[in-house]
Amino acid sequence: MAKIRRNEKREMPALNTSSLPDIIFMLLFFFMSVTSMKEVSYKVQFQNPQATELTKLEKKSLVRYIYVGTPTAEFRKQYGAETRIQLDDAFADKSEIGDYIVNQRSAMKESEQGLMTVSIKADKETRMGVIADIKQELRRAYALKISYAATQRTSY
Amino acid sequence: MAKKIPQINASSMADISFLLLIFFLVTTSMDVNQGLARRLPAPIPPDQKIEDTEINKRNLLVVKINSVNQLMVQGQLMDVRQLKEEAKKFILNENDESFYPKLFEEDFGAPFGMMKYTKEHVISVQNDVDTQYQAYLNVQNELVAAYNELRDECAHKYFHKAYKDLDEDLQKRINKIYPQKISEAEPKNYGGN
Repeated sequence: MAKIRRNEKREMPALNTSSLPDIIFMLLFFFMSVTSMKEVSYKVQFQNPQATELTKLEKKSLVRYIYVGTPTAEFRKQYGAETRIQLDDAFADKSEIGDYIVNQRSAMKESEQGLMTVSIKADKETRMGVIADIKQELRRAYALKISYAATQRTSY
Repeated sequence: MAKKIPQINASSMADISFLLLIFFLVTTSMDVNQGLARRLPAPIPPDQKIEDTEINKRNLLVVKINSVNQLMVQGQLMDVRQLKEEAKKFILNENDESFYPKLFEEDFGAPFGMMKYTKEHVISVQNDVDTQYQAYLNVQNELVAAYNELRDECAHKYFHKAYKDLDEDLQKRINKIYPQKISEAEPKNYGGN
């Protein structure tokens, strides 16, 4: 005969969550390995130009960055909307590039100094006059290996 | 009776790892650092006299970009999409035309053997101060693409492999046949329209 179990408590069995940390850790390690730390906080905003013949910058420790773009909204009042150069965490004049490169290079291991690459991260709307000035400064500082940062173009 | 070890409450472990995960998500960026690699010419020492190196006109491909991003190749208006083909024709000079660079014959060793190549060709890129960076990069990109394609074709012909899969040594030998010679003048104010 069927027994009517009305008075019995129907509690949900506790879900075993002991493996949850492991799963999260796996996610964490995945993200740690595929992403890279932000180099600096951007004070200029830029949109990378597009190109097809791209090469990856291999060793992070050998790369130095020069950012070129218009100041972000919070700095616009102070610095205007003209194209500006950012080195590390601060706005810089183009005349400071040479010193910056020399300083950065002397901080490197001697065997690696010749391998230093300068990545120019410039907005695609930038006028070439600015870029040419930067290139001249880099030439003068003997930083001849450069890379124009760009994103992969999929179509015209 | 054996003493029971009290279990450590690990329920907050998930929260801790979540926090770590979120921290990494915020501080890292997904974008890979890639770009168009170029090499700048060494600076001219101030005491050195600037010599006008005489380049035969047929060895020179002049690419000019004006302030409104129009392209002029050898004095003719051109779309940037045609530039790669034009550059390839210029670098190869298959039919030994008199208006393309002079061909030199040289022994590149096995398996290339005797090959004709344009040893002295130079591609000169000149841009205006007001040229847009994207337009300039497009031109650079097409020119680099022309070289890359030629080298890749050569790699397929002799080694049946893509250029990027070859050893560094072989790549260097192919580079000798197609030496990359892109010269950049300092920007001038050519003015637009």
